[in-house]
Amino acid sequence: MAFAYFPHTEDDIRQMLDRIGVGSLEDLYSDVPQDVIYREEYDLPDAMSEHEVRQYFEGLAEFNTSLFCLCGLGAYDHYSPAVIPHIISRSEFLTAYTPYQPEVSQGTLRYIFEYQSMITELTGMDCTNASMYDGATAAAEAMMMAMASTKKKTRVLLSEGLLPQVVKVVKTYAKFNGVELGFIPCQDGVTSYGAMLTELAVGDVAGVLVPGINKYGIIEDLTGFADAVHAQKGLLMVYSDPSSLAVIKTPGEWGADIVCGDSQTLGVPLCYGGPYVGFLACTKDHVRKLPGRIVGATKDVDGKRAYVLTLQAREQHIRREKATSNICSNQSLMALYVTVYMSLMGPKGLREVNELCYGGAHYLYEGLLGTGLFEKVFDKPFLKEFTLRALVPVEKIQDALLMIGVFGAVEVEKGLVNFCVTEKVSKDNIDAVVEYLKGLEL
Amino acid sequence: MKYYDKLIFDLSKAGRQGYSLPSNKWGNSVSELPAGLKRANAPALPEVSELDVVRHYTNLSQMNFGVDSGFYPLGSCTMKYNPKINEEIAAMPAFAGLHPLQPASTVQGALRLYKDLSAALSAITGMAEFTLDPFAGAHGELTGLMVIRQYHISRGDLKRTRIIVPDSAHGTNPASAAVCGLQIVQVKSNAMGLVDVEDLKPLLDDTIAGIMMTNPNTLGLFEKDIKEIAALVHQCGGLLYYDGANMNPLMGVVRPGDMGFDVLHLNLHKTFSTPHGGGGPGAGPVGVAAHLVSHLPVPKVMEAEDGSLYVADGTCRCDSSPEGAGTFGPACGCAPECKCGCQACGQISGFMGNFGVLLRAYTYILMLGKQNIKMVGPLAVLGANYIKESLKDVYNLPIESVCKHEFVFDGLADQSTGVTTLDIAKRLLDYGFHAPTIYFPLLFHQSIMIEPTETESKETLDGFIEIMQHIAAEAIADPESLKTAPHTTPVRRLDETTAARQPILRYISEV
Repeated sequence: MAFAYFPHTEDDIRQMLDRIGVGSLEDLYSDVPQDVIYREEYDLPDAMSEHEVRQYFEGLAEFNTSLFCLCGLGAYDHYSPAVIPHIISRSEFLTAYTPYQPEVSQGTLRYIFEYQSMITELTGMDCTNASMYDGATAAAEAMMMAMASTKKKTRVLLSEGLLPQVVKVVKTYAKFNGVELGFIPCQDGVTSYGAMLTELAVGDVAGVLVPGINKYGIIEDLTGFADAVHAQKGLLMVYSDPSSLAVIKTPGEWGADIVCGDSQTLGVPLCYGGPYVGFLACTKDHVRKLPGRIVGATKDVDGKRAYVLTLQAREQHIRREKATSNICSNQSLMALYVTVYMSLMGPKGLREVNELCYGGAHYLYEGLLGTGLFEKVFDKPFLKEFTLRALVPVEKIQDALLMIGVFGAVEVEKGLVNFCVTEKVSKDNIDAVVEYLKGLEL
Repeated sequence: MKYYDKLIFDLSKAGRQGYSLPSNKWGNSVSELPAGLKRANAPALPEVSELDVVRHYTNLSQMNFGVDSGFYPLGSCTMKYNPKINEEIAAMPAFAGLHPLQPASTVQGALRLYKDLSAALSAITGMAEFTLDPFAGAHGELTGLMVIRQYHISRGDLKRTRIIVPDSAHGTNPASAAVCGLQIVQVKSNAMGLVDVEDLKPLLDDTIAGIMMTNPNTLGLFEKDIKEIAALVHQCGGLLYYDGANMNPLMGVVRPGDMGFDVLHLNLHKTFSTPHGGGGPGAGPVGVAAHLVSHLPVPKVMEAEDGSLYVADGTCRCDSSPEGAGTFGPACGCAPECKCGCQACGQISGFMGNFGVLLRAYTYILMLGKQNIKMVGPLAVLGANYIKESLKDVYNLPIESVCKHEFVFDGLADQSTGVTTLDIAKRLLDYGFHAPTIYFPLLFHQSIMIEPTETESKETLDGFIEIMQHIAAEAIADPESLKTAPHTTPVRRLDETTAARQPILRYISEV
């Protein structure tokens, strides 16, 4: 029964059983009703060696197709610098748990403090927590925060410009949490200010969640939104792409109270949807309603600079049934991932990433319009992803792209397709795609 | 461990850069955007070289303690060894490069992983089917409770909005229930530390959605009345939820499905060896019995008649769609057996969970195989009982019984010294061990919860036992050395009061 992850020799087991005073390992389960003990063979594969496991996954991988990515919609193929996997693989980070013992967790606590500093800097908010699961669940937590902060109100408004998966997750949480949702439609590709005013006038609105960049890729102009929401004593919440905030107007500048989103855009691999890393930030007025872990600066008894989990009275394990969130841990290692990314990039690098995406996206936009397969839908400013109307059946375009190993033209709405360009896409890449599409008869 | 005092911001110098990007040949610029949509000032992120970054984070890592650093007996957290092969598999570009919206035909390998891991977890737990979408244990709890509520609602049984939670439960249990819109009814523990069946009986009526149980419970004790409890709760029309945080001692020995549980979550970062990562990412798959399968969340992986796999997103493929804000249950009128996902409780994650964590867990299962899995629970239980029996003379063992994977001491046997559980925990750090979980469960004032796991050797446990005995002796001979511990860590005890009273939650430049 020797196995690499079990260090026990037969003799060890005998000595340990003797100390305990029982005769066999089975006797350790004497308190378990015998009829629930499972005595059959488990329906699992035979144990494999490492080499066989590798071969197994290499075989499985052959059923995946690596595609050249021209799709956004909540997952972005940004470049991830070589340094990052090396840092996050350091086992002192990788194999630690939540920093309950701060004296031996200053590494984790310090990078979370740095992470908090960088996220607040990008969003223009006063505080943030140690990270959330993903953008969609962060949006759901933002909704619950708004409800907790504005007691007695029962409604939250969502822009229909939010990504569909974000809306779906918020809807699920709202359904069970007893929050009534209202929806603000889009007009000309952006959240309708007029429709929001109409919904606000109905009353009872705890908060309004709008995208910074919406599902069409359009950068929203939120002029007047904060004033209108605040006039009804509600909170303005913005769902943001933190990478974009190096260049576009921040939720803080728009007057938002709560900001949420997914930091996957900060170099985190696509990895079929996870692990990513959500974030949730707010103004200082709302910090006591912010869920999850928060790290604060302090000193030790010798006066040394040190960091610690703080404001723990907010947390679910203290509040138990009075909790307004059940978040316990988060995505700490992914917070380290994006912290290292932001450290490497700095303000200039993050700006340059946006410049490269912007340049490439606009070049692809013009190129696709020149193929005759698409037409403009909206004439609004965008950054790295955009929407076009397909003039031929969408499936035909998607299949044609797949033929040359390109993933794009995902349908956002009937007949409207998304394209996205990151800094990994070159001019030659785009020229090749556009020329190929021009030559097709669809 | 050495002390290093810098933040990355301290290393910043204007003009340095740590990135390399393609040169910009596009000929346009974001400065073309309307002025009203642009950020006023560049963000104050650090400007540092690549080596600055590497050295800074290497230095930070050296102030951290992980499972690879030493023994980490943190109760209820199952800090077992995280095999290195897991990491290599998860990093394979053929998986890490997949976009979550790629067509099913291009991700058959990834979808097969979902199916195979689900099937393996079903085999291990005795449940009919799993969702792998939840991101963490607490997220799994919430998802499982949503499934329970959806089940009652789908039957028109709308009164069932109360859930029973034992007083020994993990703090996340009542919090998850509250977020799910359920009222919590607490059931007491008896003198043996188990759910008091007599206290439970009068609570059971037609408003009960179910009961959340942890078995073995947070005292490490097996709830031996589980079958009676299951029968009582089922008789009243409620469902049984199993908190899988404590699944490790049962792995390979007992299947929760055979105990009568209808819904459970597992913590892949505990029982299935994926790294805790300083507090995530984890994964909290939820398994259900056959009558609840249609209520699992979407997206879910389904198998077509030709054997190919596809993703059902919850959009009703029948005549009408269930979409509709704030409505409960499917509006499309489909039968519960409907396979299109429209009976689901909803969508609980942006895409399909922490896929990278799922790859690691399945790697571990393949390494264990049907042979080694049978030893996981017994060896974990062996280690816990060995420590308990070796230390119960000098530490106060409130409940004398065979324990499972963990057990709880209520402070030192000799309580006259004034040395507290906190002092013991801090002193352990001096001796190169991580501290156990302390002050939980709440049933005792000086709880010390110890969980060794099956991956620790007898020598490691002997070393820990020896130090725990030494600390008990120090508490009598030199209590001051404990009250001022730790002494050898990079920082010593922290001023947590000021941190909370005058919170500093981000770096502020001193310039």
